[in-house]
Amino acid sequence: MSFAGVMGAAFNLNHPAHTVDWHFIHLSVANVVVIGLMFLVFLLAILLPFPGAAGRRAARRNGGAS
Amino acid sequence: MSSVGPPPATARSKSWTVKVREGGVAALPPEKLLPDGQPTYVASWIYVFGVASIASLIVIIGSGSILALKGPAWWHDTGVGHFFNSIHLWSVELFFFAMVVHLWGKYWMAAWRGGRGRVWVTGAVTFLVAIPAALTGYVSQQNFDAQWIATQAKDAMNSVGAGAFFNLTNFGQMYSYHVLLLPVAVVLLVGAHVLLVRRHGVVPPFELEKKLPAAASAGAETDGPPPSSTGATS
Repeated sequence: MSFAGVMGAAFNLNHPAHTVDWHFIHLSVANVVVIGLMFLVFLLAILLPFPGAAGRRAARRNGGAS
Repeated sequence: MSSVGPPPATARSKSWTVKVREGGVAALPPEKLLPDGQPTYVASWIYVFGVASIASLIVIIGSGSILALKGPAWWHDTGVGHFFNSIHLWSVELFFFAMVVHLWGKYWMAAWRGGRGRVWVTGAVTFLVAIPAALTGYVSQQNFDAQWIATQAKDAMNSVGAGAFFNLTNFGQMYSYHVLLLPVAVVLLVGAHVLLVRRHGVVPPFELEKKLPAAASAGAETDGPPPSSTGATS
């Protein structure tokens, strides 16, 4: 079976898109997932420490080169 | 006997090339245009998404150029064509994903502070111009999906009175917008955005602005570390 066939068996796309409906809001589930991922990545980008950032700040406080 | 040396100083000062050169160097001296370090506060994941957007844009333009060279029969009917079609689609998805996170980050930082209004505006306009750039791509696919999107989107254009000069069902017009006019606009805007960031420096956090009010508006040379000395994140 081709790759497309395998993926087709795993994800049945032979139907209209599933949607999220709330008042005037009408979004496909795929778009809701992407928006959710953007929120998640945004939060992680704020919360997760950047590699080496603490060392650079310490070097700056101490007046040494990074 | 004719002179081959440089013209007199008075003539040089009136030359438009001299004015452009001196203005350009004054606005963006080489150490600002191509810095060797950034302030320590730039060492955060939230500052990654701007350059991630640019990286995605480079892939978009590269894959799109190959698609334009080969044509619809290739991208629909061959395996390699499908591959590049998918690269083009997913780089667009990543472009918008990264650009939206970058936009949220800069909005909550109030990145227009310290005389950075033009930086913010060029970024916001780039986002707005990228939307029709993507839309015209969806309607240029040459398949039933494109027809469906075009016939749905034309109603939106007609409802705002734009259908007379922006016809979603006119493939030639949409393809021209998609492969030339809008990409050129996006690239020029991104270029202006990056140069303005270089000129004004990356916006400092609110806490730093309170501690060092002058740093917020003076640009990168005061926000950041001394060149090649302390705190550089490069």
